[in-house]
Amino acid sequence: MSSSPALPLPAETGWTRLSHFWSDFRQSPVAVLALIVVVAVVLMAFLAPFVAPQDPYNQEALDLFDARLEPGEVGSGGYVHWLGTDAAGRDIFSAILYGLRTSLIVGVMASTLALVLGTTVGLVAAYYGGRIEALIMRIIDLQLSLPAILLALVLVALLGQGLMQLVAALVAAQYAYFARTTHGAASAERRKDYIEAALSTPLPARYVLFRHLLPNALPPLIVVATVQVANSIALEATLSFLGLGLPITQPSLGSLISNGFQFLLSGRYWISIYPGIALMLTVVAINLVGDQVRNVLNPRRSR
Amino acid sequence: MSDAVLRVKDLQTQFETRSGVLKAVDGVSFEVARGRILGLVGESGSGKSVTGYSILGLVEPPGRIAGGEVLLNGKDLTRLRGESMRQIRGAQIAMVFQDPMMTLNPVLKIGTQMVAAVRAHDNVSRKAARARSRDALAKVGIPSPEERLDAYPHQLSGGMRQRVAIAIALLHSPAVIIADEPTTALDVSIQGQILAEVRRLADETGTAFVWVTHDLAVVSSLADDICVMYAGRVVETGPAADVIAAPRHPYTAGLLASVPSEHAPGTKLPQVPGSTPSLANLPPGCAFAPRCAKAGPACTTTPPVQHFENGRTALCHYPIEPVSCQPLSLTSTTYRSAS
Amino acid sequence: MIGFLIQRILHALMVVIAMSIIVFLGVYAIGNPIDVMIDPASDQALREALIRRYGLDRPLFEQYFVFMNNMLHGDLGESFIYRLPVLNLIWSRFPATLELALTAMLIATGLGIPLGLWAGYKPESLSAKAIMAFSVLGFSVPSFWVGLLLIMTFAVELGWLPSGGRGPTTQVLGMNLSITSLAGWSYIILPAFNLALFKLGLLIRLTRAGTVEVMGSDYVRFARAQGLSEGKVVGLHVLKNISIPIVTVFGLELGSTLAFAVVTETVFNWPGMGKLIIDSITVLDRPVMVAYLILVVFLFVMINLIVDLVYGQLDPRIRVKAAS
Repeated sequence: MSSSPALPLPAETGWTRLSHFWSDFRQSPVAVLALIVVVAVVLMAFLAPFVAPQDPYNQEALDLFDARLEPGEVGSGGYVHWLGTDAAGRDIFSAILYGLRTSLIVGVMASTLALVLGTTVGLVAAYYGGRIEALIMRIIDLQLSLPAILLALVLVALLGQGLMQLVAALVAAQYAYFARTTHGAASAERRKDYIEAALSTPLPARYVLFRHLLPNALPPLIVVATVQVANSIALEATLSFLGLGLPITQPSLGSLISNGFQFLLSGRYWISIYPGIALMLTVVAINLVGDQVRNVLNPRRSR
Repeated sequence: MSDAVLRVKDLQTQFETRSGVLKAVDGVSFEVARGRILGLVGESGSGKSVTGYSILGLVEPPGRIAGGEVLLNGKDLTRLRGESMRQIRGAQIAMVFQDPMMTLNPVLKIGTQMVAAVRAHDNVSRKAARARSRDALAKVGIPSPEERLDAYPHQLSGGMRQRVAIAIALLHSPAVIIADEPTTALDVSIQGQILAEVRRLADETGTAFVWVTHDLAVVSSLADDICVMYAGRVVETGPAADVIAAPRHPYTAGLLASVPSEHAPGTKLPQVPGSTPSLANLPPGCAFAPRCAKAGPACTTTPPVQHFENGRTALCHYPIEPVSCQPLSLTSTTYRSAS
Repeated sequence: MIGFLIQRILHALMVVIAMSIIVFLGVYAIGNPIDVMIDPASDQALREALIRRYGLDRPLFEQYFVFMNNMLHGDLGESFIYRLPVLNLIWSRFPATLELALTAMLIATGLGIPLGLWAGYKPESLSAKAIMAFSVLGFSVPSFWVGLLLIMTFAVELGWLPSGGRGPTTQVLGMNLSITSLAGWSYIILPAFNLALFKLGLLIRLTRAGTVEVMGSDYVRFARAQGLSEGKVVGLHVLKNISIPIVTVFGLELGSTLAFAVVTETVFNWPGMGKLIIDSITVLDRPVMVAYLILVVFLFVMINLIVDLVYGQLDPRIRVKAAS
């Protein structure tokens, strides 16, 4: 750290910290816009059954007659297909909404599980120290050096296809990030004297772990979690695009894009492009929010 | 002093923060003559380091120099920008920082860094620059300088590293060297060696030094003149021996009274009550008034600069009257020149 | 220095062996090992011959040694689909992936480091903010999607570049490379850029973060106090200090680039190793999967080893720490 001259400043309380966080976050109009986009996407995805004019997974509602309609054309259901239809007659707009829903659910679920698993592993490693810590962190480091997609590929190959298998693959590919972040923050805290003091009392280890070590890991964890949700979504989309993700009965944005790929070259761009735009907006928005959160929580920022 | 090499006049450096505009340096003035050592004394937060950076134009945003002049041999450095200031830095005025482990680049060899410093101002060959660097290392008393050039900073001891930093400062024989707490991170014995070295350099080469420190013992043994800072303002100036023997400002008196070596072991150390004010919450008038035993009704207004004999000044409404008593000496050795 | 070298090599060896055991156990634990190495569709006589050859009726750890022994001799089994030795199969595809990955890394570093330096040098400027925004796009947008867009724009709409496949190849050092011809470049440029995008975003951010941190350090301040010109400050002091994390990332990302090539190769129909593995997963060509896994692990460990060694060269403090 550089030795800039000390300027005595007034101390901050908890509440002011929260409002400072928000006012700092607001500093970036881009991040605020991104946050609005994220909220909008989440809302639309969860309200999909009410908002979408068609349930694209319901075979009965589809009519091959409607296949490959251009955006803006009216289909046999009597409503406008604002974004066109695909080869099976599915309304792209509805497919996007349902696909977003699947992608978001898978992404958040996988990230949450990875967070819980990774945080536990990291905390345990930091708490016990010594050989256990060295062993755990070695494994984590090894896993981190392998790219997520490779790991996911391998697991899908070994476990087969399906929702649970996909989530398992995503969790396995990501928990290491959480583990490392938690371990980094917790082990720095672990070395401090007040932890030694707490451990010498009859307090159960669990208490020390959760009450003392965990809160210090929270700020970097929040940042990693935000980014990992975006990564989960992107990774799942990639796997689905490759044909290794969710099965046909639960299409996600990735498989939508993959289905439409063949039509790109013949000019029917809408089948791939619109789901792609939806995917891109979601992932980029989440990343931008995570970026700003990281900027704000960075302790080395000059105030 | 008409032969002042460095003259700082009413310097103002401010930082814009969320808590408001902080006046880290608020109207600081002092002078240093050729071959003299000025001790710039204060606690952390007094603005002494920022003063040093301001003189060299190294203040970075959100800080800026808001007013005043820094005259180096008559030229105002605050008016210089970019290339013209770069040519002055390192050549006519140099700086030594507190922690040489942080100020020397840890991944570059000593020789590489010194050669770069030489060639920043003189267009000489690498070989010639290396020779000059070797000579500079020898001048500050580093043994086997040729080997040291190929060493990395972490391979040298703390005292050696600081000597290297001083050698770098001396490469272009600057008129002034600003040293920002250069011995704070070192052992007392090493500190003594370096102080002796510095005194010798000042006498032999005529280099003026501004020695920024919080350590009164160092100042009393090394400095010719002293300048005491508090909350960004200069509260007292004068020849070091006079100020230490008979301080005029209550803060200076408080500082001197709390030096451990002055008291018998086991007695309670007197302290200046209270703590340094936050720069965002300075009291109106005199910044020291809330902690001052001699504070009076006038202290809520800005105190005047009082002038005394020997060019001494104090920023106070109620300066301490001179009392005839034994002159204090805070250390057993003195590096002061006999003027 | 020698001690450091030996320590690192031993470490790498341990990792390779550990990984081979894990892969082996994983494959054998998940499925019927016989089905892994032998096509379920082959006839009984062939099955028995192969069972004896691969020792699949022996106890597990004996099988492992047979497996390792075979592997060291270059025998990784035979692909179900192509009926060719797996090693030959993978090796024939290797040059394509290699040149794609290397070209991508070149683009990523050639553009990423200067852009990141600039963004870190003047972090508040408009250009820096634009660069950072671009970098976010670079690694957050899924690469297959960017690939699609690239094809749409340059191949379909503008018609400047081909939409897939690989260009004509020539033999160089025993490998078939396509970058030797201009036509070859027109085929490789889009997929390479697509592959590079993720790394580009990462490198820009990393370089910027490193630059910002170094610019605020004391030795930069000291260098300025010596009157060094800005160019010298950045070129001499800053560059050496940020090179360490960059080299680490470069090394690690090289491996990850090889892995990510899987997606790019699928989108652009590039005949490399990645496409091979995807195809084999979909058709359950297990010998290829196993061999690919082991090769990739080996590659990773080698790359990590080299990065470690270069690291020690760049930062002299590491050598001291490791030796003690």
